[in-house]
Amino acid sequence: MIANYGYKDGSGEFFITIDTDQCDGCGACAEACPADCFEVGEDPIDPLRDEPVAFVSEAVRKKIKYACGACKPVTDRPPLPCVQACPRGVISHSW
Amino acid sequence: MPEAYWRWTESRWTNPDLRWMDGGIVTAGVDVGSVSSQAVILVDNEIFAYANTRTGSDSPNSAINVMNWALEDTDGLTLEKIQYSVGTGYGRVNVPFAQRAITEIACHALGANFMYGPTIRTVLDMGGQDCKAIHCDEKGKVTNFLMNDKCAAGTGRGMEVFADLLGVSINEVGELSLQVDEEPPPVSSTCVVFAKSEASGLLREGWPREKVLAAYSSAMAHRVVSLLERIGMEEDFGITGGIAKNKGVVQRLESRLGVQALEPRYDTQIAGALGAALFAKSLIEKGKK
Repeated sequence: MIANYGYKDGSGEFFITIDTDQCDGCGACAEACPADCFEVGEDPIDPLRDEPVAFVSEAVRKKIKYACGACKPVTDRPPLPCVQACPRGVISHSW
Repeated sequence: MPEAYWRWTESRWTNPDLRWMDGGIVTAGVDVGSVSSQAVILVDNEIFAYANTRTGSDSPNSAINVMNWALEDTDGLTLEKIQYSVGTGYGRVNVPFAQRAITEIACHALGANFMYGPTIRTVLDMGGQDCKAIHCDEKGKVTNFLMNDKCAAGTGRGMEVFADLLGVSINEVGELSLQVDEEPPPVSSTCVVFAKSEASGLLREGWPREKVLAAYSSAMAHRVVSLLERIGMEEDFGITGGIAKNKGVVQRLESRLGVQALEPRYDTQIAGALGAALFAKSLIEKGKK
């Protein structure tokens, strides 16, 4: 399942996408993120999935643009820690 | 006392062809949203009864209120006789009698699969305060989803604001918005709050209500289409939620997408609660608790 967490408002569209079919719940993203954007646990969207999965914390979903701010400077942006940490390339950002 | 134009019609229904006592598995799903709440009672694989009400300010009691209304006129069915209940929606933590809470995205996909049939692949839920675009497989399992609950554009609340501004009952805004000879340009503001100001300006310029409604409905359709485009359109396509009852928005959506939405045969607002009741049934069958 492709899970898109985030929102669209007047300033744009801000979504972090997780491909849950490829995610094995290893938690590398949660460790790598300096803003605690990720959690690993029971799938919040798929009630019948038994294995743990990574998802974007409910606390940051509606302010993800600001939560990710530290990793997304306007110029000279380094590779994103969460995307780099994931061994299976499960995570992508829409902005 | 000013008229409440935002007050849409509540409803309940009992299936005249079913007797719950003859059935095997009786389950219930309750969807507590920020604007509306629904309760659906399933007997085996058929809808036995449902109720659809405004959540109002009494959110913690909304679940029990809508459930009690659904249970009225059901030939002696009581909450105790329901074998498994699932709560969903924004207020799913406030369904005290539910054995489990399940997210509304999964419930909407399963509910839409029941309401529209196994050919449905894209579900657009336009609810009271959020908008969801969901892809599902033939079993109603979610394969892709995107939800926007930060912005009122594309939601019932946005339409309520306009119904109130124009003094038109929300039940009629859809039809009225189609009574224009020529489609006006859409309202330009992204934000409902600013769109309302923009609309006041148009009214002062002499625009009739139908034209303002057409402009707003057009803007709403445009916002929602961009959300859908992010996950892509795959037919068959179906719409759930209250705005599915608004012909003005639905037709504009269809023409922008170039796709016809499936014709609803059930109240489109019960999709979440229906999916929850279906999950309840499969949880009993799997022996889970």
